[in-house]
Amino acid sequence: MLQFLFRRLAVLIPTFIGVSIIAFAFIRLLPGDPVQMMAGERVISPERHAELSQQLGFDRPIVVQYLDYLGGIVTGDFGNSIVTKRPVLNEFLSLFPATLELSLCAILLAVLVGVPLGIIAAVKRGSWFDQSVMGVALVGYSMPIFWWGLLLIIFFSGVLQLTPVSGRISLMYFFPPVTGFMLIDSLLSGQAGAFKSALSHLILPTIVLATIPLAVIARQTRSAMLEVLSEDYVRTARAKGLPPRRVIGLHALRNALIPVVTTIGLQIGVLMAGAILTETIFSWPGIGKWMVDSVFRRDYTVVQGGLLLIAIIIMVVNLLVDVLYGLINPRIRY
Amino acid sequence: MAVNTPKTADETVVLQGEHSASAIRWAMLAEFWYYFRQNRGAVLGAIVFGIILLVAIFAPLIAPHDPVIQVRGAFLKPPAWQAGGSWEYILGTDAVGRDILSRLIYGARFSLFVGLVVVTISVTVGVVVGLIAGYFRGPLDTFIMRLMDIILAFPSLLLALVLVAILGPGLLNAMIAIALVLQPHFVRLTRAAVMAEKNRDYVMAARVAGASRMRLMFRTILPNCTAPLIVQATLSFSNAILDAAALGFLGMGAQPPTPEWGTMLAEAREFVMRAWWVVTFPGLAILITVLAINLMGDGLRDALDPKLKRS
Repeated sequence: MLQFLFRRLAVLIPTFIGVSIIAFAFIRLLPGDPVQMMAGERVISPERHAELSQQLGFDRPIVVQYLDYLGGIVTGDFGNSIVTKRPVLNEFLSLFPATLELSLCAILLAVLVGVPLGIIAAVKRGSWFDQSVMGVALVGYSMPIFWWGLLLIIFFSGVLQLTPVSGRISLMYFFPPVTGFMLIDSLLSGQAGAFKSALSHLILPTIVLATIPLAVIARQTRSAMLEVLSEDYVRTARAKGLPPRRVIGLHALRNALIPVVTTIGLQIGVLMAGAILTETIFSWPGIGKWMVDSVFRRDYTVVQGGLLLIAIIIMVVNLLVDVLYGLINPRIRY
Repeated sequence: MAVNTPKTADETVVLQGEHSASAIRWAMLAEFWYYFRQNRGAVLGAIVFGIILLVAIFAPLIAPHDPVIQVRGAFLKPPAWQAGGSWEYILGTDAVGRDILSRLIYGARFSLFVGLVVVTISVTVGVVVGLIAGYFRGPLDTFIMRLMDIILAFPSLLLALVLVAILGPGLLNAMIAIALVLQPHFVRLTRAAVMAEKNRDYVMAARVAGASRMRLMFRTILPNCTAPLIVQATLSFSNAILDAAALGFLGMGAQPPTPEWGTMLAEAREFVMRAWWVVTFPGLAILITVLAINLMGDGLRDALDPKLKRS
């Protein structure tokens, strides 16, 4: 197991270096002069340009610049935002809980709904239930979620006036962030109605972000379950006269869930891409909206840092999924 | 028959070989169609896709209006069946008085074009790179696969967004970005298939017979790896359409007044509460197209995957 972990970490290092090279190259590949861009000044004299170039280190050899950049990353220095001048890492850390809260709620919804639906669909293979669940799942899988979000806003916020259109909580409430999770913080604040407000803000974005993972998980659970149900040991369990509930819930499910765990882990990339769109639609103050806004504001140090930080998160989660896969699947021993 | 009468023993073999090759091809097609037809959803998807394709091709003939001409006095007209609507503009007009139906019809051209170009680029590049990696192995393979890992470490839409920031917004750059993001899947698939096929007897036989490397890679091995690639290409086609629309929605894809569906949605965003039709129809067009392609993809997978056939 430990050996496996080290081997995976060893593969992670070149990937990390590659990702950091891409982030490093990003600023230098952009059209225009990077010095001028980083300075955020429109017209600069040649003297000022030379001064800034030296200040920002652009006059040094490219390899030295990269090593310097890498050294900064390792010590947590991702540069400063061109627009706000604040450290990129600080901005990221202050916004990340919002994205994490939304993503966790979305994946929770996707698993809690998707897995049971997939199981029932597999058990009742070919029934109208199976067919309609799989039909809806395919629609969900094909959904342009940015449009889906707008539709939900039209219906629930516009027609029914049930949910707010944007933000994380009503402006009426104010309390200092403790965990960064609005649901928990609003409870901790003890203000009446705060939790309800936070929850109502969270519902639509959660549904939108969960749509594609839910569809994928339901489909995957069904096919994994179907595969397991045709195995000999399940037939044996049935032949022994065990009640169907026990055969499905205990014997079949435990093996069927193994590939499903991998699928859930793989959704992290989908969630991050979805967060970009979902947060933009609902003005959710997380890192997805931050990245889009930064691209438009030409705040390229933020885009550079955010790109790298998001890639690191995805790599770490993928590693964790691999390890978890080994733990729950006794057939894999490293 | 008289023309085909073999004159020598050698020729007999050749003729029989040719005959059986085409017969086998026909039998394979017939088998494919048999399994594809079993899946009603796939057939429906194929029909819908065919209609969208025809609409795209004949857009200038079908569209009732010019997609970019703005009609003053016809701003935000509701669809025909709603109060205030007229049959002049069946699906209503947008905020600057353009006919939504015509824009959707022309929009089909962009979406299918995006899908086609992206899939062509990513399949071509992905298959060649994957073949090289799987055939030669060694350090080159390691290098290529690490490179693909790096691309896959980023969420596709984010990487596409950043690439478009570098290249500049526009449909062409969006297509390049999406193709780059999608091609690692083809590299991985091709590589895995090549590695599985490479040591089979028929490849060995071809090698012993003196086939060149290029022939081995492209003529001997590649045709036996096509099934998963076709399925992946279908999925990539719909992903490309979704991603291009998402980029358009974020303002980084096709630029106004191009009647691209995602861009139309971006323009419609501020009218969400006032005019449901400007928002609803472009998204519905995206959904129907993507759904049709995914339905076909499911059918293709069932028809081409021999493992599923037996069960």
